[in-house]
Amino acid sequence: MVGIVGFGAYLPRYRIKAETIAKQWGMDPIAIVRGLQLNEKTVPGQDEDTITISVAAAKNALLRAQIDPQEIGAVYIGSESHPYAVKPSGATLIDAIGIGPHVHVASYEFACKAGSEAMYVAANLVKAGEMKYALGIGADTSQGAPGDALEYSASAGGAAFIMGSEKVVAEILFTHSYTSDTPDFWRREGEDYPRHGGRFTGEPAYFKHIMGAGRALLEKSKLKPQDFKYAVFHMPNGKFPQEVGKRLGFTKEQLEVGWIVPWMGNTYSGSSPTGLAAILDVAKPNDLIFMVSFGSGAGSDGFIYRVTKEITKVQNRALKLRDYLNNDKIYLDYGQYAKFRKKIKLNE
Amino acid sequence: MITARYHREIPQRYRLEAGKCAKCGYVAFPPRLVCPKCKTKKFKTINLKDEGKILTYTIIRVGPDKFSKETPYAIGIVEVSDGVRLTTQIADVDVEKLKIGQKVKLVFRKIQDDGKAGIHMYGYKAVLV
Repeated sequence: MVGIVGFGAYLPRYRIKAETIAKQWGMDPIAIVRGLQLNEKTVPGQDEDTITISVAAAKNALLRAQIDPQEIGAVYIGSESHPYAVKPSGATLIDAIGIGPHVHVASYEFACKAGSEAMYVAANLVKAGEMKYALGIGADTSQGAPGDALEYSASAGGAAFIMGSEKVVAEILFTHSYTSDTPDFWRREGEDYPRHGGRFTGEPAYFKHIMGAGRALLEKSKLKPQDFKYAVFHMPNGKFPQEVGKRLGFTKEQLEVGWIVPWMGNTYSGSSPTGLAAILDVAKPNDLIFMVSFGSGAGSDGFIYRVTKEITKVQNRALKLRDYLNNDKIYLDYGQYAKFRKKIKLNE
Repeated sequence: MITARYHREIPQRYRLEAGKCAKCGYVAFPPRLVCPKCKTKKFKTINLKDEGKILTYTIIRVGPDKFSKETPYAIGIVEVSDGVRLTTQIADVDVEKLKIGQKVKLVFRKIQDDGKAGIHMYGYKAVLV
């Protein structure tokens, strides 16, 4: 049995309300909040980035797994906001956690699905018998240009998953990936902010790829949507995951626990992974979980997990996603937010 | 800070590695070659616990150039396990609400950048628990 043996999430304490951003740009806050179904989003502290978020999430995963970090054979971090263009984020993480130096490390990039890629490769290395444990992380401090629709959603956070074959808390039963060349969202080398195709990011991108991976996963597993206790999809806003869940045959109740986007925003590579962490925080033995990520460009990775009896032993060993989501929030005004996100041009 | 020095200090800055005197139990952070108490040279490497309390603090309102845009921020002396005291920034907090004696946790954060194109430098900071 191969699957998750430890999981952990982390969200920064800082928040900005969608209403605050809307007022800054002269937009109607009520229409924005209702249209995108986003109330507020996380903002990274001035001293936080993908590396620090990954370290915090990985520490929580280790608290749950209670394994020797030296037994981790691979560390993969998926993000579209790696602090370095050249230098893997995982190289810093391993020294912070005490993993390695006998370890394989790489940074992954595939817009918002880089985290699920890291999880997929980590799990399959364990399955292939190459190593005892592998760590897959999805984390981001997402960028959104000032005044762009993305500014309401682009947030910060991440989740880490230690894959192994002993004391598995959620077995990976099936996976499926679906990819095509779809230019819905991109960021060229050296650009500060991504560009997107507006409404083109919907039907031909998000919905086509999640439906493609999701339908194939159901077919492969011979399971029906009603067999699952929970489902989680990539969450670029509040609306899309609800709509794609409905189209695949899932109910609002199945989506509710992992649907954290209205209060967190879109953590890009950390989006569906943090949703999965929120589900694992409360899941019970034998629950089935359906997860499909989405990354622009474009592709989706689908996973079906079965929760094991080990889950109840690990759930309270670390802070839960909703502990971070609901507690100790520090709200920023737009000026503070612009400073935190380095959107203000300063003298050198 | 040059990259070589930064690299040399990684065990302490990232993992709170300290030296515990094999003879008298004195904990040196950062590690020392000779125990200041019993003068022995035998130390065992330990990791300090990441929890502690604020012994004292000050609020920086006019920071040095590199940190001038982060003011106001708090720098405190935090006592962790084995009586070790560290000087560290206290992050993610309304500095006006800080109190001596508050419990903190040491977390991994970015400390500074070596200019616009140099390395990012990481280490520990304290946050309230």
